[in-house]
Amino acid sequence: MSIPLITTLGRMTLAFLATIGAVTAFAGHAVRRAVLPPYYHRQILHQMLEIGYYSLPVIGFTAIFTGMVLALQSYTGFARFSAESAIPNVVVVSLTRELGPVLASLMVAGRVGAAMAAEIGTMRVTEQIDALTTLSTDPFKYLVAPRLIAGTLTMPLLVLVSDIIGVLGGFLVGVYKLDFNDAAYLRNTMDFLQFQDVFSGLVKAAVFGFLITLMGCYHGYTSKGGAQGVGMATTNAVVSASILIFTFNYFLTEAFFAR
Amino acid sequence: MAPSKISLRGVTKSFGSKKVLQGIDLDVAHAESMVIIGGSGTGKSVLLKCILGLMRPDLGSIAIDGEETTKLSDNARQRVMRKFGMLFQGGALFDSLRVWENVAFGPIQSDGMAPAKARDVAIAKLGAVGLGPEIGELFPSELSGGMQKRVALARAIAREPEIIFFDEPTTGLDPIMADVINDLIVKCVSDLGATAVSITHDMASARKIGHRIAMLYEGQLIWQGPVADIDRSGNAHVEQFIHGRAEGPIRMQVRRL
Ligand SMILES: Nc1ncnc2c1ncn2[C@@H]1O[C@H](COP(=O)(O)OP(=O)(O)OP(=O)(O)O)[C@@H](O)[C@H]1O
Ligand SMILES: [Mg+2]
Repeated sequence: MSIPLITTLGRMTLAFLATIGAVTAFAGHAVRRAVLPPYYHRQILHQMLEIGYYSLPVIGFTAIFTGMVLALQSYTGFARFSAESAIPNVVVVSLTRELGPVLASLMVAGRVGAAMAAEIGTMRVTEQIDALTTLSTDPFKYLVAPRLIAGTLTMPLLVLVSDIIGVLGGFLVGVYKLDFNDAAYLRNTMDFLQFQDVFSGLVKAAVFGFLITLMGCYHGYTSKGGAQGVGMATTNAVVSASILIFTFNYFLTEAFFAR
Repeated sequence: MAPSKISLRGVTKSFGSKKVLQGIDLDVAHAESMVIIGGSGTGKSVLLKCILGLMRPDLGSIAIDGEETTKLSDNARQRVMRKFGMLFQGGALFDSLRVWENVAFGPIQSDGMAPAKARDVAIAKLGAVGLGPEIGELFPSELSGGMQKRVALARAIAREPEIIFFDEPTTGLDPIMADVINDLIVKCVSDLGATAVSITHDMASARKIGHRIAMLYEGQLIWQGPVADIDRSGNAHVEQFIHGRAEGPIRMQVRRL
């Protein structure tokens, strides 16, 4: 009875390891191709706009409500210890270190990662990627590299914006609902904030940006079949990016703050 | 004898247990126009993709200008690719780019031509396939199937490549436009000195554009010869195919209703 179970587990482990190998090889190849000329500046710029600018509304909403709810929740907790003055600091540290990068990346994974997988997947199944090759254009340089570069560069900027909007959300709730003095709230926010809080969040953002675009490109590039294959690629891109974000988030946090 | 432009020896390709190509030997001389005919699903498109390096054959050798290409590195392959133009069976137009940008893609991206100049080239090529300059501003999704095919053709010849592959260039076109395209292909070969390999089901087109014809059947080239000999091939399979008879040695996998 347990033999089939073990076989299945073994097969799944092997398939999992094979996928990790394939993704790593894909990423290695993409990075190697990305550093050699020609560079497609227009593609990079276009992708930065697509990833950054058009994500601003989504990121803004996520950040402002996260900041607001953080202030509200920490108030209910901290009031029990008469430690309300710590609220601004709790809000800003949670945002910059954790919630800013993670939530923004999850939103971008849903928005951009999915769109990327769908676009590249459609190009794959309609032979547009083959057509690129016959026009002596390397698809890794033309399609994959600009997306990876744009993702890695743009995500930190987005998270910086998200940090600021999040703090603003906390500020609004703090001042208008919890009766903080506005100057005191801002002073408390800035006084205990360390460079490393923000910096570590931005490094995380860069890593997550790379992972999101890598998953979008990988699943799109390797998609098979027709509409169904592209649909599957889209789902896989979002799910795998989300899992990678959570996994890498832990290890990056450990690398930054563990002693 | 001059070395062949394209030379295939024992090219074999399977998908899983499905054997598609089973030892293809083929030589195409410089400035020759070769036509490949054969039933649907026999592997004609796969054969072209193997030569282009878009698919890797399981076995066999493929030489372009005497240079073995099956084991080339990425960079060397790109250099060989510059010799090729390809019309894909499904068009494969870039749907995020305008029609003229599609046609100008090769000249701009791989030859480094200035966009303004490439645009003029693109409009000239579109004219050659019977499409006006106003079509250039549209997106591929706004065109009819036959128009897409002609844009794809214009894109394939825009860089004036040494070797051009046409995968069913006249399928989906009306008979008059089909003949215009035939003339265009003949012109590419005679004027530019290009080497052409075309796939077609249209025997009128095959006779017009081909110097030689080869027939693919069950993974092998069962007959090849000059186009003038096609009517006296002495091969029952070829006879049946060119006359389009349901009765004969080629059995279609169909069941009666
Ligand atoms: N990427 C692929 N994966 C699996 N099987 C494939 C793939 N490409 C082609 N095949 C199979 O190879 C065989 C030959 O396909 P191919 O497209 O070369 O046919 P064809 O001769 O061009 O037919 P048609 O005249 O209809 O275009 C088909 O049976 C097809 O199912
Ligand atoms: Mg075909």
